Amino acid sequence: MNILIAILVLGAISALFGALLGYASIRFHVEGEPIVEQLDALLPQTQCGQCGYPGCKPYAEAVANGEAINKCAPGGEDTIKKIADLLGVDVQPIDEIHEQGDSSQSNRPKVAFIIEEDCIGCTKCIQACPVDAILGAAKQMHTILIDECTGCDLCVAPCPVDCIEMRPTPETIQNWQWDLNKIAVKQVD
Amino acid sequence: MTDYALLLIGTVLVNNFVLVQFLGLCPFMGVSSRTETAIGMSFATTFVMTLASLLSYLVTTYLLVPLNLEYLTTMSFILVIAVVVQFTEMVVHKTSNSLYRLLGIFLPLITTNCAVLGVALLNLRLQHNFFESIIYGFGAAVGFSLVLIMFSAMREKLANADVPTPFKGAAIAMITAGLMSLAFMGFSGLVKI
Repeated sequence: MNILIAILVLGAISALFGALLGYASIRFHVEGEPIVEQLDALLPQTQCGQCGYPGCKPYAEAVANGEAINKCAPGGEDTIKKIADLLGVDVQPIDEIHEQGDSSQSNRPKVAFIIEEDCIGCTKCIQACPVDAILGAAKQMHTILIDECTGCDLCVAPCPVDCIEMRPTPETIQNWQWDLNKIAVKQVD
Repeated sequence: MTDYALLLIGTVLVNNFVLVQFLGLCPFMGVSSRTETAIGMSFATTFVMTLASLLSYLVTTYLLVPLNLEYLTTMSFILVIAVVVQFTEMVVHKTSNSLYRLLGIFLPLITTNCAVLGVALLNLRLQHNFFESIIYGFGAAVGFSLVLIMFSAMREKLANADVPTPFKGAAIAMITAGLMSLAFMGFSGLVKI
């Protein structure tokens, strides 16, 4: 008899709490995985594929599932920092494979540059550019809009005459920044 | 009123759940590497502990004691805690997705935080009444939050410090926790309970 009461009481508590949780799961239902949308919104949408994924959306999904956040070269440090804030993880330096610019020649972002006398006007690089930063028409010389170029590298491979190269952006008063990493800092306890 | 204030201070500082009674050490070590995570965890745990001690008091007094089913306390307390944690998880997921991702596995793991079950069982053993139970649960949670946030702040400093190689990582964290515990022993005698 005692056992029966015990079972009944526990059953009643469980049923009550179950009902409460059932109601809560409907009341506090979360639509899909909004985190992927938020990540996708932070990525530069160049669909360049340098991260190893076919585009920005697949990379956003991969990051949501635990992929490293430092693989977006066009986004650079800025995007990494925003993603780190969103996910609550530590900021990582950009992946070395995806780093733009070599270390010998300050880490300035690079943009594509067309050596114009070699250009044959084939338009192949225009089709490759994800951000429409290349200006030109068939059999006309092409050129790059430096302000639009994200430095994604995608136009270099299709060029049949190899007249596109990546050059660091010139340093101007507008984009010059303190290079604090060059000054050795010692932690004093 | 004074009794309640003394109980609160006594629970937060003198009988601190983490550093004096050594309950809830798992999240104390696990979630303390970043201050933001520690703060989020503190709020979630405070909510769970207060609500769990309230509900477990109600369950014992109005259900288990009248029916002579005291031997079911542990089981029903675990049930209560699991439900409260599940509920908290849903609310956090709905209200703050980033906090939900920040806490990750440690949010459902509040269920197995022995401090939560500990506070419910200690309420029973110390024969607290309704308000005392709530204050005891809340005080225990505030004490837990206090040391968790302080410890995480220290660990962020430690990450930059020049620690000898054998002490790097968990070892120095353990030593720090031990020293904090020693410091908290200094509060004993502040309040007589």
